[in-house]
Parts: sequence; structure tokens; C-alpha cells
Amino acid sequence: MIKKFLYLNRKAPYGTVYALESLEVVLIGAAFDQDVSLAFIDDGVYQLTKAQNTDDIGMKNFSPTYRALGDYDVNKIFVDGGSLEERGLTVDDLLPLTYEDEDDDWAEKPSIRVVDSGELAALIDEQDVIFSF
Amino acid sequence: MATLHTVNKSPFERNALESCLRFTTPGSSVLLIEDGVVGALRNTRLAPRIAQAMENITFYALGPDIRARGLEESRIIDGIRIVDYAGFVDLTAEHDRVQAWL
Repeated sequence: MIKKFLYLNRKAPYGTVYALESLEVVLIGAAFDQDVSLAFIDDGVYQLTKAQNTDDIGMKNFSPTYRALGDYDVNKIFVDGGSLEERGLTVDDLLPLTYEDEDDDWAEKPSIRVVDSGELAALIDEQDVIFSF
Repeated sequence: MATLHTVNKSPFERNALESCLRFTTPGSSVLLIEDGVVGALRNTRLAPRIAQAMENITFYALGPDIRARGLEESRIIDGIRIVDYAGFVDLTAEHDRVQAWL
């Protein structure tokens, strides 16, 4: 039975291990063919910024891995517009994540959807399982 | 399809409680645990926000965490229900899912 899984991310990367751990669990979970959504709110939106460069902090830059999510059929990535706005960010500051839609002749489509808090609240309420990070 | 939201951080340290309230739908429940019980106190900066949210959200606070911090139950906002660990278990069983605001 396919269940709806939501991974809810609220922490910036590198300062704590939450972001990396979440990404690892998403990739592991992708092997189980569930209905997966990712949400990024509060400082979680910083996980998706493009041009991350960790050369001088001695930590692996794991942001390129988000680009692989589309290949694992993880293509519902919800970003809270309010969290972007209060941090002076727009969707153009984020990684251009895409997936190939098998129901539309493998057309390349954006995975990121900027939504408001009401849409995210409704998304939370329709899940079978929530992984909180 | 009610969701139980847990908050374990003080609203004076993190925005977990405020974010929780922003993403909570009417009919949901919020359980304050660990340092999160600070959010259940009267006369704080957050109290008016809690009172407003209580119009359509049910609030609970974990008694052992309140008492551990020397906070008497009489200082908790009227209408917030105080539960013990067994009550915590009941809440998780009664709801369809749990979202932990860490």
C-alpha cells in the first residue's frame, strides 16, 4: 500500500546535521515507492539555495544531491513563500530542481512549488507519515 | 484527519511555536513538551497569540515538564489541558499523524 510521506525541513544546512540527515532519509525512503513530498519552511529554505560553497568550512557541500531527487521520483518539493520573503529570497535564488514527467512524454518540469502557509497546513493534514527535521 | 503538533522549544529561544501556529488547521491539537511548556504560561508575550489560536485549536501541556521547571500549574493559561505521559500516548493514538516542531 502506498502511503503519503512528508519530509518537513526547518533548519539551515551545515550548522546542524538535520538537513543532511533529512536528505539521506529521503534518498533511502525513495527505494520504497511511496508518495513522497518535501517541504522547506523557516530556515529550511536555505537548504535549497544555489551556489553553496563549503570549500573553506571543511564540510561536504551536499546541495548538488537535491538535483538527483527527480531521478528518484521525488518531484513534489514545496517551499513556503513567506519564509522566502522574510529572508529576502526568491525562487530564483534556489536550485533549479526539475524532473522528467513520464505522463507527458518525459517533458522536463520544475519540482519546486512556492506555496503559502495555508496550502502547507493542508498538505500536512493529508499525510500518513511526517518526518520532522 | 486531525494532526497532533508537538513543540519542544521555548518560544523565547526558537520560532517553533509561532511556526507551528502558522501551519496548523482548525481542529488540530498542539501539545507543548520539554522547554515548549514555557509557551503555556500566562502573561507572556506569546499569550495573546495562544488565546487567539485556542478558538479553534486544542492545546495541551505536559505536566511533568511544567513541574520539573518549577512552574505551577496555576500559572498555565486557562483552557490548556495538562496531561501526563499516559495522556501523551493517548493523544498520539487519537490523532492521525504527529508533526514535531523541533
